[in-house]
Amino acid sequence: MPRIRPIRTEAIVLRQRPLGDADRICVLFSPNRGRIEAVAKGVRKPLSKLSGHVEPLSRGQFGLAHGRSLEVVTDAQTLDSWPALHEDVDRMTEALAMAELVDRSTDFDVASGALYQLLRHSLDELTTSSSPRSVRWWFVLRFLDQQGYRPELDSCVRCRNEVGPEGNGFSAVDGGVVCPTCHGSGVGQRLSSAVFRLLRYMRRSSCESTAQVRVDADASAELERHLRLSLEQALDGRLRSSGFAESLARAETIGRSAASSAAERVQEEQKHAAI
Amino acid sequence: MQRSPATAPTIARLIEAFHRLPGIGPKSAQRLAYHVLRAPRAEAEALSEALLEVKDSTRLCGICQNITDADPCAVCLDPQRSDSTICVVEEPLDVAAIERAGVHRGRYHVLHGAISPMDGVGPEDLKVRELLARLGDATVEEVILAMNPNLEGEATAGYLSRVISVMGVRITRIAHGLPVGADVEYADERTLRAAMTHRVEVDAQRGDD
Ligand SMILES: [Zn+2]
Ligand SMILES: [Zn+2]
Repeated sequence: MPRIRPIRTEAIVLRQRPLGDADRICVLFSPNRGRIEAVAKGVRKPLSKLSGHVEPLSRGQFGLAHGRSLEVVTDAQTLDSWPALHEDVDRMTEALAMAELVDRSTDFDVASGALYQLLRHSLDELTTSSSPRSVRWWFVLRFLDQQGYRPELDSCVRCRNEVGPEGNGFSAVDGGVVCPTCHGSGVGQRLSSAVFRLLRYMRRSSCESTAQVRVDADASAELERHLRLSLEQALDGRLRSSGFAESLARAETIGRSAASSAAERVQEEQKHAAI
Repeated sequence: MQRSPATAPTIARLIEAFHRLPGIGPKSAQRLAYHVLRAPRAEAEALSEALLEVKDSTRLCGICQNITDADPCAVCLDPQRSDSTICVVEEPLDVAAIERAGVHRGRYHVLHGAISPMDGVGPEDLKVRELLARLGDATVEEVILAMNPNLEGEATAGYLSRVISVMGVRITRIAHGLPVGADVEYADERTLRAAMTHRVEVDAQRGDD
């Protein structure tokens, strides 16, 4: 087997999966080589020198050598560990959604400098942003753009007429806004003027200014729907990590109903004890 | 796995069965298979009986969900243990490790896994409902989350604290920091941060004591 010199690369760890008893396969995303799958040996043992440096949602400098089939991580040094993305489960959820989009859209050995910078910047913003979900919205708009699915927000995707702020629709299949006339004939889903304005504002504004916009529950649900359908067009398929976001949103309701059924249980027992 | 045509199919089948076990590579699988082949019949019988018995007579404890021969398990029945704390772990082996250390005198709950958002493993795939059914009647005062300090563990702990926080039960999380025998030099930033945040007072060592 020819020995190839180990390479060094900067990368963001997108995800991991266990391999055998002690190892993990890391999915790295690097600016020059795109997606890399590499084995981190021994990282599931307590005294591994690598283990803390190959955690998903961190950025580092990696040494990679060619192994028998997969590449092998020879050393790793963390540049950003983004603690807030690990300690705050809402931030983690948004970060995982972004990481999954990148994981599913990038290929091996393809330079992806622009997408890398977008992800890195968005994860940086996410650690401090007052509105974690808006960081993801901002990211998704630009991600769609880079994947060649830039949503059209100026003129109707059906008749090409310029659109006003009211009465429009949004068609993820056609890739953008639909004028009131075309929407009236059944094309696209309702696009409220609040979400229309928000989309246009996000496109031209920084991530930080986007986070300042107050978005009510109806508008955010509508925006999520349009973005999800657009992503499904770009990636064909549902995002796995969205299941966790949904579980998290239901968590308090589940806790409350468990608490009230416990209270009922106690009452029943007391009734029986009284008899 | 590569198999030489000279290997008898029955031995090849045994090698393959061993190879499917975690941590057993092709070489070890071969060694184990030939060991069984050369061993006395009684040894092979004992092995196969032990294998079947573990499948037939173990089940999950109806309370803590740990693997047990008797339901409820010995830990759940032990009157010496406190009912006021439940230590929640990912796997049965974690209970064994904490018991070996003898550092917890309350009860346990085994989730049988951790939430893994990227793989689509959610709370409904774990023994979360069974945990919630044990809380809320004022018997349990504290839930200790003893998840692994990795992304799946953080996701699981984050989810559970959100659910349990509205149930009026105190939630704590085991601290993480440097493992015994580790080098500060090689520690990652998050481990060092955790170790620094949870640092403890050092008792002054006086010579005249
Ligand atoms: Zn139109
Ligand atoms: Zn039990």
